[in-house]
Amino acid sequence: MKIALAVVAATILSAVPALAADGAGILKSQCAECHALAQPERQDLDHIWNRKGPDLFYAGVKFNKAWLAKWLENPGRIRPAGEFYEKHIKRGDPNDVVDTASLTNHVKLSAADASAAADELMKLTGPAGLVEKGAFKGQAVAAAMGEMFFNKLRGCGACHQSKPDAGGSSGPELYTAGARLQPDYIYAYIKDPQKLDPHVWMPTLPLSDPDIQRLAGYLIQLGQAEGGK
Amino acid sequence: MPRLPMLPVALAVLSLGLLRSGSLLAAEEQYARAIKNYETYCVQCHGLGRNGKGVNTPPMSVQPRDHSDPKIMGDIPDDQITRAIKEGGLAVNKSVLMPAWGHVLSDAEVTEMLAYLRHVCNCGTGK
Repeated sequence: MKIALAVVAATILSAVPALAADGAGILKSQCAECHALAQPERQDLDHIWNRKGPDLFYAGVKFNKAWLAKWLENPGRIRPAGEFYEKHIKRGDPNDVVDTASLTNHVKLSAADASAAADELMKLTGPAGLVEKGAFKGQAVAAAMGEMFFNKLRGCGACHQSKPDAGGSSGPELYTAGARLQPDYIYAYIKDPQKLDPHVWMPTLPLSDPDIQRLAGYLIQLGQAEGGK
Repeated sequence: MPRLPMLPVALAVLSLGLLRSGSLLAAEEQYARAIKNYETYCVQCHGLGRNGKGVNTPPMSVQPRDHSDPKIMGDIPDDQITRAIKEGGLAVNKSVLMPAWGHVLSDAEVTEMLAYLRHVCNCGTGK
């Protein structure tokens, strides 16, 4: 009897790992078709045009894990004009518009799969030195000052939304950036988007360190406020 | 009314058409890299029609330049266009909404873009 129970217990225990979601397998089957999970050999303009979603080979230094797991379970649209934006716009009257019919919804994962995929994505840290640790100094920014810099003084609002439906649509919305992205990544991306994502349609602007600290601080606070909604 | 011989006229029309499509093809080839860059970086604001009506423009306080307007584009000197592309709108006393592309495009690409913009506006050198 004791032996039989031990066999049953051993069988159950050995089955437990098999029940856990396979993060690496999920990335391979669900993500790899649209996202680069390893650094592409050629990060040229054609790569930007041909990919269907942002590169994820440095997801581990980009995303906040808790946000990632939650979003994979219930993905909303981050890029109003999709990726690559030029393929999802059409001529309109008077101005070009997003061709919403051409946009597809992101794959949705179960809670267990989302958590496993997030765990696996956080292991992808990309080449050393891509994002400098501790670059963001944690500066608090008065919301009105941050908004003025974001929209009026530095022109970020031309392509990005800092509130739902307020701002440009060729870049990702940034009202949830502070919830989804790591502070040092936000700093690094504002400083030199071309270093992280060569040939991306966001320019590298001649911004001073205080400028970048201020914009990063503003976005982080904005994300915390929006993330709580 | 004198009647025109049909065959020579038809041939002339056909060859004119071929010449025209040939020159269009040549232009596409000549400006291929500038067009690709324009479609990547510029259309988000300057529009698929090169008319300043890009997808980002509705909330903008200052509207982007209409690159198809020969009058306005013709009045802007080459060096000012080059500087606006490389250093952004503020460098030429225009809007901050035009960013600096000098860290994205090489000098050769900016020169090609200038030539392409002159082709789009069909407005000469601007000198």
